Amino acid sequence: MNMQPTTDAASAAVPHSPSHHFQTAQQEFDAGKLGMWLFLITEVLFFGGLFVAYAVYRDNHPEVFTYAQQYLNKTLGALNTVVLICSSLTMAWAVRCAQLNQRRGLKWCLLLTLTFASLFLGVKAVEYSAKWDEGLLWAGSFALEHPQHARLLPVSLLVLSAPAALGLVLATLATGFFRLVSRPAMMGLSLAAIATCVAFLVGVGVGVGVSQLSSPGGSKVATAEQVVHQEASGDETPHLAGVFFSIYFTMTGIHAIHILAGIGVIFWLYWGSLQNRFGSTYFAPVDFVGLYWHLVDLVWIYLFPLLYLIQS
Amino acid sequence: MSNKPNPTANESANTLHTHVMSPKTLLAVFGALLVLTGLTAGASAFHLGTYEIWFTIAIASAKASLVLIYFMHLRYDSSFNSIIFLTAVVCLAIFLALTLADTDHSMLRLPSS
Repeated sequence: MNMQPTTDAASAAVPHSPSHHFQTAQQEFDAGKLGMWLFLITEVLFFGGLFVAYAVYRDNHPEVFTYAQQYLNKTLGALNTVVLICSSLTMAWAVRCAQLNQRRGLKWCLLLTLTFASLFLGVKAVEYSAKWDEGLLWAGSFALEHPQHARLLPVSLLVLSAPAALGLVLATLATGFFRLVSRPAMMGLSLAAIATCVAFLVGVGVGVGVSQLSSPGGSKVATAEQVVHQEASGDETPHLAGVFFSIYFTMTGIHAIHILAGIGVIFWLYWGSLQNRFGSTYFAPVDFVGLYWHLVDLVWIYLFPLLYLIQS
Repeated sequence: MSNKPNPTANESANTLHTHVMSPKTLLAVFGALLVLTGLTAGASAFHLGTYEIWFTIAIASAKASLVLIYFMHLRYDSSFNSIIFLTAVVCLAIFLALTLADTDHSMLRLPSS
C-alpha cells in the first residue's frame, strides 16, 4: 500500500464547484452528510425489523436455535468478520487519502476495499453451498433427511462461483481491448474488476480449505457425525428448524445484497479516482460511501455473534 | 483540520473544514475491533449460560460504537448526526421491547410439534 503523502501541485484534483443551490462547499458537504445519515437510519430500522423477527423467534423457540447453530461454521463466520473489519479500515483510510489529495493511496485503498468485499462474498458462497448440499434450507424446503452431497461435483458452489469466473473472463478481455484502443481509465477499471473476481475465487478457495480443516473429510463426515449425534442423544430435528434457516438466509442474504451494492458504488468511486475527481475540496462521495460501507460492517458485527455464536 | 493549508480569501467558499483521521487512530481502532472479535469468538467456547447473550451483545455494541465514533467520524461531526442516529436506536429499542413484551403474553407462539 502506498500511503505516503504524494501531494503536489500537479496532482491536485479537478476543481469542484458546489451546486448552484448551495452557497459554499461546506454547506453542500454538510447537507449531503445529513442526507446520508437519514438514509443510514432507514437502513438501521430496516435491518432492525429483521433483528426483531430473530429475537421474537429465539425467545419463543430457543431449542430450535440451539439445534440449528451446530450447522453454522463458526470459523468461516469469524474469518468473514475479520475480512469485513479489514475492508472498513481500508475504506476509512480511503477517506483520509481523498482529504489529503493522496491519489495513489486513494486508488489503492478503494481497490483493497473491493478485494476484501469480494473475498467476503466468496467465503459466503462456500457457506451457502454447504447448507444447500445438506438440505439446510428455509422453512418449506428444509430437508436435512435428504442431503444432496452424494454428487461428484459441488454443483451449488460452481453455480455461485460462475458469475465471478465469467466476470474474470470478460474483465480480462476488456482489459486487453482497452489497452489496444489506449483508454487507460477504462483499462484501470477493468483491472479492478479482475482483482474483484479473483478475490471472490480466492475467497471460495479459502472457504473450502477452512471448512475442510475445521471438519476433516469435509461435509460428508460432518453429516455422518450429526446422524450419530442425533441417534445417540435421541435428539430429533426440531419441527421448526427450517424457520431458523429462513431467518439465517434472509438476514445474511440481505446483508450480502448490501455488500454487492457496496461493491457497485466503490467501483463508481474507483472510476472517479481514476479521473482524479476527488481531493481536499471535494471528497463527499468517498466519505458518504464510506459511511454506508461502515454501516454494512456494523450489521455484520451484530449478525455474526447472534447467528453463529450464542448457544444458550 | 491541521493538515490543511490555510485557505486564501478567494478559495474560502470552496474549502471544507473536516477532521482527517490519523493513521495511529485508524490502526488503533482496527486493532481493538480485531481483539474484541477474538474475545467474542473465544468466549463462545465457554458456556456462559444466560449471561452469554448479554456478554455477546455488550461486545458487539462496543465494536459498533468504535466503528460509529471513529470510522464514521461521529466524534468529530456536528452532534446533530449523532442525535439522528441515536433516534433510530431508541426507536429500534421500543420496537423490540414492545414486540417481545407482546409475544410473551399472547397466543402467537407457533405450534412446536
